[in-house]
Amino acid sequence: MNPRPSTCIRYFREANMELTFYISGAVAVIATILMLTRLNLVHALLYMIVSLLAVAVDFFVLGAAFAAALEAIVYAGAIMVLFLFVVMMLNIGRQAAQTERQWLAPGIWAGPVILSSILIVEVVYLTRGSSAGLGTGATGPKEVGIALFGPYIVGVELASMLLLAGLVGAYHLGLRKTEKPEIQHDTDTHEGRADTGGDLVLAGADRSARTT
Amino acid sequence: MSLEVMLNAAGLAFVVAGSRWHQADGQVMFVFILAMAAAEVAVGLALVLQIYHRFKCLDVDAISEMRG
Repeated sequence: MNPRPSTCIRYFREANMELTFYISGAVAVIATILMLTRLNLVHALLYMIVSLLAVAVDFFVLGAAFAAALEAIVYAGAIMVLFLFVVMMLNIGRQAAQTERQWLAPGIWAGPVILSSILIVEVVYLTRGSSAGLGTGATGPKEVGIALFGPYIVGVELASMLLLAGLVGAYHLGLRKTEKPEIQHDTDTHEGRADTGGDLVLAGADRSARTT
Repeated sequence: MSLEVMLNAAGLAFVVAGSRWHQADGQVMFVFILAMAAAEVAVGLALVLQIYHRFKCLDVDAISEMRG
């Protein structure tokens, strides 16, 4: 007689877990579709962040709290901010303020706000209930760490080398940008000296960049 | 950004599979996918910045320089 209400409660909670899983999955799909159909890059980024947060809630429902935290912090935090930073950086120009005012029109906030408010309601509901009932196959960060530094230590090393290569590559690709004004300045002096008509020895005349 | 969506879908599949069979391997693979996405985004955005500074535009059709 005693276990019956507890199993009933557990069944109810499991059904609610499934419901929250499907709701956040639907939010993720809708946000991704809206993201892919936006023509404006900043609007697409907004929907992309909502989609990533929905996937994070999905992970949380599935019991993968570590993956959920990583998704929210690294993806929605770092990578999307990087995207946003580059988008804002490329937009330094004459009509930048006007276009940004156009981006921040109040109407476009409705979609992401509605979708993310659904997610917030879900998260509040999930955290109010006891966290012991999270999913069936809950794997905590401890097991993930043990597996990561146990049999997957080669993968960790490879990932670290990949990150280092990405860092060096991004630094190298970003370095040319600061080299560009120097080349511009060099050609300017070259033009200025060529106008005098003298046979001056030009500084850096053997540079291949001067021909471009 | 579409690449991010695809990588995210792969990571979601890994985590779901790991939670289905009660293994931590799915989340390990998700961590690897996360690291790869971070490196790829850094290089890709550096390339975009470089293209913008060189051509002053981001239209792929306008900056095609290959003969062919």
